[in-house]
This record gives sequence, structure tokens and C-alpha cells, in this order.
Amino acid sequence: MKIKKLDLSEENVEFLVKISDLSGETVTLCEQCGTCSGSCPMVSEMDITPSQMVRMVQLGESEVMDTKAMWLCASCFTCTVRCPRGLDLSKIAEALRQITLRKAVDYIDIRDLSKDEMKRLPQIALISAMRKFTG
Amino acid sequence: MKVPYYPGCTLKTKAANFETSALAVAERLGIELVELPRWNCCGTVYSLADDDLIHHVAAVRNLIRVQEMNAQGLVDDEYRLVTLCSMCFNTLKQANVRMSENPEDLEKINDLMYLEDDYEGRVEVKHLLELVDELGFDKVEEQVKNPLEGLRIAPYYGCMLLRPTEVGIDDPEDPQIQTRMLEALGAEKIENPYRKVCCGSYQTVQDKKVVSNLAYDILTHARNAGADAISLSCPLCAFNLDSRQREIKEDHPSFREIPVFYFTQLMAMAFGLSEDYCGFDLNYIDPEPLLSAKGIIGGSNGE
Amino acid sequence: MASSEESATKKLDLQKVMDRIAEASKQVVSGVEAGTVENWVTIYIMGRAYQVPADLTILTAMEYAGYKFVRGVGCRQGFCGACATLYRKEGEYKLQAGMACQTRVEDGMYLVQIPFTPAEKPSYDIAELDYDVNTLFEYYPELARCVSCNTCTKACPQDLEVMDYVQAGIKGDFGDLAEESFDCIQCGLCAIRCPSEIVQYNVAQLGRRLYGRYDSPEPEHLTNRLEEIDEGKFEQALDEITSLGREELEKMYAEREREQE
Repeated sequence: MKIKKLDLSEENVEFLVKISDLSGETVTLCEQCGTCSGSCPMVSEMDITPSQMVRMVQLGESEVMDTKAMWLCASCFTCTVRCPRGLDLSKIAEALRQITLRKAVDYIDIRDLSKDEMKRLPQIALISAMRKFTG
Repeated sequence: MKVPYYPGCTLKTKAANFETSALAVAERLGIELVELPRWNCCGTVYSLADDDLIHHVAAVRNLIRVQEMNAQGLVDDEYRLVTLCSMCFNTLKQANVRMSENPEDLEKINDLMYLEDDYEGRVEVKHLLELVDELGFDKVEEQVKNPLEGLRIAPYYGCMLLRPTEVGIDDPEDPQIQTRMLEALGAEKIENPYRKVCCGSYQTVQDKKVVSNLAYDILTHARNAGADAISLSCPLCAFNLDSRQREIKEDHPSFREIPVFYFTQLMAMAFGLSEDYCGFDLNYIDPEPLLSAKGIIGGSNGE
Repeated sequence: MASSEESATKKLDLQKVMDRIAEASKQVVSGVEAGTVENWVTIYIMGRAYQVPADLTILTAMEYAGYKFVRGVGCRQGFCGACATLYRKEGEYKLQAGMACQTRVEDGMYLVQIPFTPAEKPSYDIAELDYDVNTLFEYYPELARCVSCNTCTKACPQDLEVMDYVQAGIKGDFGDLAEESFDCIQCGLCAIRCPSEIVQYNVAQLGRRLYGRYDSPEPEHLTNRLEEIDEGKFEQALDEITSLGREELEKMYAEREREQE
């Protein structure tokens, strides 16, 4: 078998390093076993799977920012406890969200909620959503 | 035994029934839950970005209040901080772990909060289930006057009691702590693999459909496994599994609604406490028809 | 524009400009004779140094230095909240806040006035609102973003526990929110400093209104007075006053009943 060395552009390395720093995770440890994707309760709603998300980060592909997966992560830590390489994907998803949120771009606007939803939702839901989806 | 208690915001409003039932059953077990003075919202979710310290300030500030309670004599050398809400539990405990593992983070946070005493790192964050486990479920059994016989309950853990492993109160793949509780209360426990599947958490705000789909799976599996009701310990899980049954019913008209209890409501019933402590009016799916049908309420054993 | 700029440059008369600056910078505080001042301090207003008498407040010191306040000043008694100030002292990193009319100048103060705080202030009909914590979140969703950093409390010139009342709001404890925020003068300093972009004082105002409308006992004296007004008890007295001339009104004002100081 011939092993091909991957050469990442400077820009791609920069993105990989940025996400690694923000998440505190050694993203390159992932060996693409797919356990996270098989465990994720949200995977059926996502456009790319959690393991694809990590793969794109490994390759420094900033196009991952255009996907929805990170915004559908519910920080449930199921992948975290199951990853055989000890990676915490919830932190990687958080890092990706932070890239957008730190530019003062919000993912949700609470004011879009219907009157009925606004009455029903408990504080715990509003506060957690504002924390995860607004910068 | 007086123990510092952190309520969390939702327990003062939409989940007030969780608090009233918990305080009442804890008292029966000889635990006086003393509310933390001047507590603040913990933030509900633990911030996961490595460089983000500001979002841990809220959690650490609450831990400092435990020191103050000891200094003021409100509790006697008691550094365990008890929570009922699973999300508060997780957020406070993860922050506590980070502070103990990263003294330089703690130093920065202490410095930012220069008006407060420094956090000394002595607090131990506990969920009420853990505290009761330490006390012994035999003590729970001793208090049971009205065993929940014939009531088939599916324990639901969700995420925040179990994961990540450093803060979980039980085996993340095979949790048993609620099962032991249900056994002590005389209920029939219905295990099913969906007991540790996420309810969708805060996604309920941005896309309720995603959450009602998940809730449908979780509730249908419990029902198919033979459960009459669900038992849990998180106001957000409760909202997603209980209140979102309205959305489930819209999508699946044949769906059979299923009551969702806080585990402390079940304890209160089994301890023979007045229904007033259970606050069933705050449950979306009224559990009273089920409880009457099983002979658990409506008899003469209530106080 | 270019042509007028050009002509302005041509006609630039340095002396005229300096005269105009001198005129505009004339002290507007009267009664301060430089010769009688024993202690002087140096303050920096928006970066420029001024020597001012040490016993002035920030407000009077700025007027002494030549600033005229048309907006951003009000009662001069610490009640109205119009003259919010941010300052740092030389050699200190702490950004401090206060009311310009209530804070004495100190040597080495770097000052700026915050005459207005941009803040969302939705309108609502209090009678139509639910007395529920979610009403606060509906009108001020940013409340959910509080990180308990306590910056608001540090900024409050009224020494209120601002973070505590914000937290009382999050918990839905309207009584506590109303009580803790009661002495707020709405100067805006908390909101200008909040990293979560909360407008604390407007949240508190909504909270107090809800509490007043739905939870606090009806004040008997107010009910009685409203009835008296409806019954026309004060109409004659009002008619008398409105028929008076300026001089009579001034005399009446001077002789009014006053609380003992």
C-alpha cells in the first residue's frame, strides 16, 4: 500500500490550529472510526456527520463553517464519552460556533419566537439557547 | 443534616413542583436543604471553549457562597453543594473541576471578582440523587408509606447527570441510580436504552421539531417497553419530554400521552406526603388519572 | 465643499481663531476667584489637561474649565441621573463611574461624560402583560445572557446590587427585583459597561411596574386621593392658581411650605 503524505496549505493549517486552540482538543487524533456519528442523537438532522465535521477541521477546510452540524450539536457529550481517541467533539463544535459568534453574528434571534413559545419556554431553555447561539 | 442547596432559576418558576417535592422528601430523610444566599444563575450550560473564562464566573461565584454559608454558620462545616436540576449540577461541577485542575484559571477568576472572597476550591457539587445514594436507599425505603405498587416507571437520565465521565454520577452507558430509587419506592422499573439519549436540550428554542421528534422516539420506546410514566431530574428534559407532547400529538395523532415526573414527586407520593408538595398543576400531562387508576392517590393514605 | 475649504484656509486668521477658543473656553462657574483657591488639581477632560480648584465636583470643574452643558445635566443634586461620568485615575487600571454632580475631582482624573445611553425601550400595556418571568425575557431577551460578572454593580453610582436585581429578574422574583432596584436613577452606567448588553434599568423598571400592578398591595392614600380628584376637590384651588399672574406666582412659590432640611 502506498502512503500519500498530505500537504496542507498555510491557510488550512491556520484554521486547524485555530480550532485546536479554541477547543483545547488535539483534533488530529481522530482516526475517523465514526463512533461519534453513530452515537449522535442529532445526526439525522445534520447536513454532515460529526466525524465529517472533524475530518474537515483536520484538513483545515474552513468550508465547514457553512455547514449546520455544529449548530445542531446539543452538547450532550455522548460522542465525548464514546470516542476511542478521547476527543471531546462537543468542544470542537463549540469552537466552530465561537468563530461565528465572536464576530458578533448571532445564530438565533429570540424575538422570532411566537408569543405562545415565548410564554411556554422555561428560563433554562432561553438561557442555554442564548448562551449557545448568541455572541 | 444541613446542606447548602442551589435551586437554579427554573425551580423558582416553571419547575417549582420539583423544588417543593424535593424539599419535603429531603426533610423526611433528615436532610435540610438550606438555600444558598444570593445565588445567581449558573448559566445553565458549561462553556466549552478553552479560552473562555468569563462564562465560568457565574458558577464559581455560587461556590463562593458556600464558603460564606459556612462562615456565617448557616451550615456547619458542610461544603457539599446540592442541586436538583441536572443542568445546574453539570455546569457547576464542570466549572469546579476546571478550577481545581487549572489554578491559573481560578486565579484570574478570583482576581476579576475582587469584591468577593477568593474561591478556595473546597466545594463538592452533588446531585440530590447522589446524596440520597450516599445516605442509603434503605433509608428511602423506611420512609415509604404508600409504595408505588403497579406503577411502571421508565427512568430517564438524559445527559447532564451522566456525561462527561468526570462529572457523571453513574456509569454513562449503564446508569442504575434511578432504578435503585424506583425499587426503594416500590415502583416497577422499566429499563430501556433510550434512558440516556439526549432530549435535544436547548435546540428546543431554535427548532422545536427536532426536539419533538427526539422526544417522540424516547417516549415511544419507554411506552413500548411497558412504561406508564417517566421519571427524571431536569427541568429542560421535563419541558422537552412533557410539554412538547403537544407538538408530538400534532404530528402523531395516535400517540398515547405519557406523564413525566420529577423523581422527587414520585418520592413524595411514596412517602405519603400531601399532593400539595407535588404541584401536579405544573405538569403538562396530568399524572393524576394514572395515579388514581393505580390506587396511588385518592385513597386515605395522603397526609 | 473643496472650494469653501480652500477659501477658509486662505482667510485663516490665527488670532481670530484663538480669540474664539478663548471666548468659548471662558469659565462659566461664577464666584470662584483664582486668588482665593488654595488647592488645585489637574484633571484631564477627554485627554486635555486643566487646572481646577480641588473642591469642585466633576460637573462644576468641567464648567470651570469652560464646558457648557446643554444636555447631560439635570438636577445637580444626584437624583436625576443625567450627568453620568466614566473616569480613571492616573496610575490605576480600574475604570470608575459616578455622577458628575456628586463626585469631587481628584488629581490625575481622566474624565469623559456619558450624556446618553442608547437603550432599547419597548412600549407595552402593563395591563395586557402576564405577571410572569417570561414577560421580562420577552421584552428583554438579553437578560438570559447575564454572566454574573458583577460589572454593573461596580459601575453603579447609587451603590445598588445591580447584578443581584438582574438575577432576581432571571429567577422571576419580582419582589426582590423591585426592592433592590428601587433607588435606581437610570443613569445608564450599568448598561454602558455590561458585556452581555443588558439594559438593567429598563428591565428593572418593567419588573417594578409588573410588581406594582400585580403584586403589591393597593396604596390606600393613592386610591383616596384619586377619588378626591374625581370628585373635583382640587378644581377650585387649581382655578385660583391658574388665574394668578407671574409676580403672584413667584411670591407664592417663595412662600411655599417646605420640608425642613
